[in-house]
Amino acid sequence: MPDKKEKIKLAIARGATCSGCDIALLDLDESILDLVAVADIVYAPTIVDAKDEDVERMKDGEITVCLYHGAVRDSDNEHLAKLMRQKSQILIAYGSCACFGGIPGLANLTNRAAILKTVYSETASTDNPQNTCPSPQCKDAQGHLLTLPELFDEVFSLDDVVKVDYAIPACPPTQEMNKKLLTVLADFVAGKSPLPPKGTIIASEKTLCDECPRKKPDKIVVKHISRVYEKEFDSEKCFLEQGLICLGPATRAGCDAQCIKANMPCRGCMGPTASVIDHGGSMLSALTSILEVSSGEPGLSEGDIERLVNEVKDPLGTFYRFTLPKSLLRRAVKEKGGRNS
Amino acid sequence: MAWLCASGAVCLCARTGSHCCVETEEERTMEQVFKPKIIVFCCNWCSYAGADLAGISRYQIKPYFRVIRTLCSARVDPEWIMEAFRLGADGVMVAGCHPGDCHYIGGNYRTRRRIALLRSLLTQFGLDPKRLHLEWISAGEAEKFAQTINNFVDRIIELGPSPYRETPSNKEAAHHA
Repeated sequence: MPDKKEKIKLAIARGATCSGCDIALLDLDESILDLVAVADIVYAPTIVDAKDEDVERMKDGEITVCLYHGAVRDSDNEHLAKLMRQKSQILIAYGSCACFGGIPGLANLTNRAAILKTVYSETASTDNPQNTCPSPQCKDAQGHLLTLPELFDEVFSLDDVVKVDYAIPACPPTQEMNKKLLTVLADFVAGKSPLPPKGTIIASEKTLCDECPRKKPDKIVVKHISRVYEKEFDSEKCFLEQGLICLGPATRAGCDAQCIKANMPCRGCMGPTASVIDHGGSMLSALTSILEVSSGEPGLSEGDIERLVNEVKDPLGTFYRFTLPKSLLRRAVKEKGGRNS
Repeated sequence: MAWLCASGAVCLCARTGSHCCVETEEERTMEQVFKPKIIVFCCNWCSYAGADLAGISRYQIKPYFRVIRTLCSARVDPEWIMEAFRLGADGVMVAGCHPGDCHYIGGNYRTRRRIALLRSLLTQFGLDPKRLHLEWISAGEAEKFAQTINNFVDRIIELGPSPYRETPSNKEAAHHA
């Protein structure tokens, strides 16, 4: 076991996040003792008392490893991301939000003005007669200038803003993935093995279907698409075969198929595999290839086909639940014939 | 001036400097007229042959489209269509064999499902689904090819430039968001 001098310095920084990633890391159980054996936690607002100013006073590259979780969606997130990049030797995008924008990334369906309008004036429970709405700067009655971080018009992933060395996807990273990370760090500290090449995604290179424990037929044919609440489903058979949309064919493995084992279809939090650019496009392609084609097909009109595929409710939310800011189109636009007009 | 150029092309008596300036000005004003960019994916066996025949038959087609040949319309990955829109295409058309005529028996049945679902997805992205068009064109339907392209060009001109032309591309956006 390395002595105190050889310990690495670990920071856990947070952007636009639900903090589930913090909790996931603490969920190492007794292995957390191995973590503190190899690392001093120098900054982690959820766990230890350290302020941003403490980090600002550090030398460049003083932190060995920083795990950044959460997306970048305001000026404060961006400041912290840049600060951490400057002060850390290794910056890891930790969790789906840092890797692909995650659930907050769905805000790219709308924009800042619309979000503020909804939250501060339109919801049923809003009682805001003076129309108070946060702005980056204002003066109080005594003339003091007060500031708030500025909300961006768009949500970004961490690597849109700074250079990232490694990525660990998943929402949140599982205990197994954390243990794998811990082993990599411990081996590095002990001088047993070098770090993996920069840019490595610390997960599998295969798709989830390749590692899925369920029985799969040779050929999957989907007759009708159902939603999870609509019926009872078999816990042994492939979800797609049962007509439930499972993002397994398009999603990176490495999560140990935890949702599948809990009888829930994959929602795609691990993001796409290395060979795919657009997670949603890949899933759309896979799903439409297995929809049933009957002998009466040549007689079907384009309208019939449209009704058939309309069984997929909310394709954008289904296919890009975690990866909208990393999709090719990145965000929604406004046009007369489109939905947002 | 003629000595500047061995071919004597620098100064031609029929085209003075001011002639050229007038043309430059015309070009500039032409720029302001909307010239759509349309990507057309054609399958090798039917639609590309149809497009070829349309050319040989000298049908007048509006020159705002670029054809990309794929072996089958089902080979057109939704990613390519989204990449085209990301790069500023104003419209995308996919053309394949008629239902029942696919060279690979059932490729176009996949295509029609894919395009229908993609249209619904693009609508959620805020794009007018009319910007993505699917058409069945056989090797003999040169006139249909010409007609479809002309109608599609008219439709795109009516819709105007794609809103994705103006979206700040990627990363720099973070720094002045």
